[in-house]
Amino acid sequence: MLRVWEQASLACQVGEGDMKASTTLWKERLDGKLPQALGDEIDAFESEIELRRQGKVEDKVFAETRLRRGAYGQRYDNGHRHDGKKTRQLAYPKGKNTKGPDTVWDAPGMLRIKIPYGGMNPDQLEVLADLAEEYSDGIAHVTTRQDFQLHFVHLEDTVTLMRRLAAVGITTREACGNSVRNVTGCPYAGVCPDEAFDVTPYARALSKFLLGHPDAQNFGRKFKPTFSGCAQHACGLAAMHDLGYTAVTRTVDGKEERGFTFVVGGGLGAVPHQAKVFDDFLDPKEMLPIAQAIARVFGKHGEKANRSKARMKFLIKKWGLDKFKEEVLAERKSLSDDPCWTEYLEGAEQEQEVPTRPPGAMAAPNGSEKYNRWLQGNIRPQRQVGYFTVAVALPLGDITPNQLRGLADIVREFTPGTIRTTVEQNFIIRWVSGADLPALFAELDAIHLAEPGAGNILDIVACPGTDTCKLGISSSRGLAMELRRRLEEKCYTMDEAVRNLHIKVSGCFNSCGQHHVADIGFYGVGRMINGYQVPHFQVVLGGQWEENAGAFGLPVVAIPSKRIPEALDRITDYYIRMRQKGERFNVFAKRVGKAQIRQLLDDLTGNAPAYDADRNFYSDWYDPREYSTDDVGKGECAGEVVSQYQFAMTDAERMVFDGQLLLESGDVQKAGEHGLSAMLKAAKALVQMRYDDITDDPDEIVEEFKERYYDTQLIFDPFAKGKFATYLFVAHEASGQTFTKDTAHERLEESQLFIEAVHGCYNRMRMAGGSLSEQN
Amino acid sequence: MELQHVNVKFFVDGELAVEPVRFIDIFHRWIQDDVMPGLLIDVADYRHVPEGPGVLLVGHEADYCMDCTHGRWGLRYNRKAPLDGTNEDRFAQALASAARACLQMNEDCAAAGGLAFAANELELFINDRAFAPNTAETWAAVEPELRAFFKDRLGHDDFSLTHHADPRARCGATLKTGQAFDLPSLT
Repeated sequence: MLRVWEQASLACQVGEGDMKASTTLWKERLDGKLPQALGDEIDAFESEIELRRQGKVEDKVFAETRLRRGAYGQRYDNGHRHDGKKTRQLAYPKGKNTKGPDTVWDAPGMLRIKIPYGGMNPDQLEVLADLAEEYSDGIAHVTTRQDFQLHFVHLEDTVTLMRRLAAVGITTREACGNSVRNVTGCPYAGVCPDEAFDVTPYARALSKFLLGHPDAQNFGRKFKPTFSGCAQHACGLAAMHDLGYTAVTRTVDGKEERGFTFVVGGGLGAVPHQAKVFDDFLDPKEMLPIAQAIARVFGKHGEKANRSKARMKFLIKKWGLDKFKEEVLAERKSLSDDPCWTEYLEGAEQEQEVPTRPPGAMAAPNGSEKYNRWLQGNIRPQRQVGYFTVAVALPLGDITPNQLRGLADIVREFTPGTIRTTVEQNFIIRWVSGADLPALFAELDAIHLAEPGAGNILDIVACPGTDTCKLGISSSRGLAMELRRRLEEKCYTMDEAVRNLHIKVSGCFNSCGQHHVADIGFYGVGRMINGYQVPHFQVVLGGQWEENAGAFGLPVVAIPSKRIPEALDRITDYYIRMRQKGERFNVFAKRVGKAQIRQLLDDLTGNAPAYDADRNFYSDWYDPREYSTDDVGKGECAGEVVSQYQFAMTDAERMVFDGQLLLESGDVQKAGEHGLSAMLKAAKALVQMRYDDITDDPDEIVEEFKERYYDTQLIFDPFAKGKFATYLFVAHEASGQTFTKDTAHERLEESQLFIEAVHGCYNRMRMAGGSLSEQN
Repeated sequence: MELQHVNVKFFVDGELAVEPVRFIDIFHRWIQDDVMPGLLIDVADYRHVPEGPGVLLVGHEADYCMDCTHGRWGLRYNRKAPLDGTNEDRFAQALASAARACLQMNEDCAAAGGLAFAANELELFINDRAFAPNTAETWAAVEPELRAFFKDRLGHDDFSLTHHADPRARCGATLKTGQAFDLPSLT
């Protein structure tokens, strides 16, 4: 006999359609409240989801489409998971429907939310809080690129999430995939005593300029820019980015000029590369056109087939920096002037945040040990006298909705209304008057955000690892949690030199935890012992955080995960015993040599307990399942290689689909106009294969299409000849016409036939093996 | 007013006497043994976050959470997938599921002396600000339904419902009863 709760469960069947029943309500509520461009983008994605649901978009294309909107996969989204005893199939309601190659539709995913240069306001914090509660697991996670991530999000909810974020000026567009990722920036920009100048407006300009830029849509891999206010600190980590801008000034004829030491081709990943100097003084007026030129060069010449060699660093390595520069400068010369290059930088030199409270001297330490440590470890004076920055350390980058709301209140009360995330997975509150520090501390403490020691050894950076990432090999967060637990007990009795060490943990070799630039880094690997898989971490030494990621560490030895705490103790003890006065850890590690340090740790690699004697050894931190790498899947970090042509044609098809929906809803005029737009999109897709610089001007598209494909008869169908192609010319000729229901219907039919003709042309050309891309 | 995504939280009776790390093992076993209806997917560990979701069992239709929000440990059931039926059906389903999970958790903590849940207090809220923005108007509409529901379930009206009035919170209430309820009877 079924109990009440079982009866209740069966009586209430899962409804069809969206996971969250309020999707339509939110769409109506936010109608007209979103910035037009963001709103249109989200509407387009919503249509693409529907088309994929109907099987009308190819798996691979949809995967890259959603990645470029920040909708990422998570571990087990191939539909199976090892539960500790066996691999079980996860029987999702929508069965075998997929949202990408080997990625089940219903499987929870992750939404990555871009926060350019980490800059946020209180309204955004509050919306994030709401979203973490309603769509995720109740936690918002700060990443090592100043973004936020929400985990366990259903794909069907992502559109509403995007709308609610857009309503407060946040986009998820190009947070993932083969695109320009978040532009990071020094969180102390504008207030740092050591900066050359405030890079905030420049980071904002680059972010805005490259977002959705046509020249940045044809990459074979991701692309990461960053800004730093100075050369000596870590903040921007320019050396490990594709584009790194470090603020510098020079004086010419008695006048100070701003510029950037501009580096290119850096990156971590499995094998890190230091960026190289492209220009030691890049004029800000050239910042955007050079970035555009680099995007074009990378799009044209970057590797696309071999995903592991597709980052820009490999192109530079292949060509050498000189040739790369030459190509970029040539591309720069060919660019038509874009008013955005200068418009986006208007006011940059004058921009300045204005405090809302009067300055004040820092209050003296009081009797509270916690407060005094917080003052010492988390507070820095700004260059504006009487103001201070406050670092808010988040354990493993995680924050609750209630904390986010509390933080929003604090930001409103004490600051001009902005806060920054950091690549150490924390927050920086700026413009805090010294006189307000005690009150601010009390309010932070009330919401458990006043932990001292931001940036010290306790403040371990870890990527999501095996918790949620398909590529995770060992539990980076589990290890980080354990190390924190042990270090908490003794952190403040440790030698200061040890207390200030940076520890970073990645779940695998891809370095999302940035282990290469840690003092002591770890990345997850698997090893076999006694016939069983055992989680291990490689110990990485020699990295340098300062000087914008000044040096990359190298792996020394792989140690079982459960012995890493012991390994850390030995390394730090050895450092304290053997270091020279004032010697930094990376210098020390270089001096004593890795062989010496390895000797210290060698015995930790062997003498594993028998499986039956200590099963704990054979599972990872805080995961009772017997360790296995069976759940390691194919990551989506590399995205899918989808050509510009494929993307454009997907867009064209979507436009026809949207036109049909408009016709159904009675908006015949817009429905008819969609027909022409779809045809122009498809025509441009074909033209662009042979002429890169085609614009969106309809006259130009039609003229180029006619010359290249109609007059040459390339578009001619064996049976219908040029008939379908003429639909474009007729529609273009009649632009601006007033549609009736019938004529709109016809136009949509014609546009679909035109799209088919374009597909046919493309396919014939591929089959003939002719050159698809010929320069003009 | 349609009320979806109902959450119910039963509070741990007194101080938490079980080490929260135990919940990780327990939730993994629930997955292995299909202890709860619906699809159970994974376990997320947030013990390091103060007053956070603690340890979470992620499911497709619903999550179960040994949750420490506002500093009070308890088991929270979060219904994620929408349900057909009436609001009463949805309240009932969430209440029954949460109660069932508490009984199971108590059983699974037997080795640690068990885990008792308070028999005179619980929390219910709607995890959807579109359906239920936390306003006086919403509460005016929801309260009578909730009262009727609990009167029916508890078999009496010796209880108070205190609305979570913070407009930034989700619409919901804390129920306190003068007479202890019996968890098995709520399943």
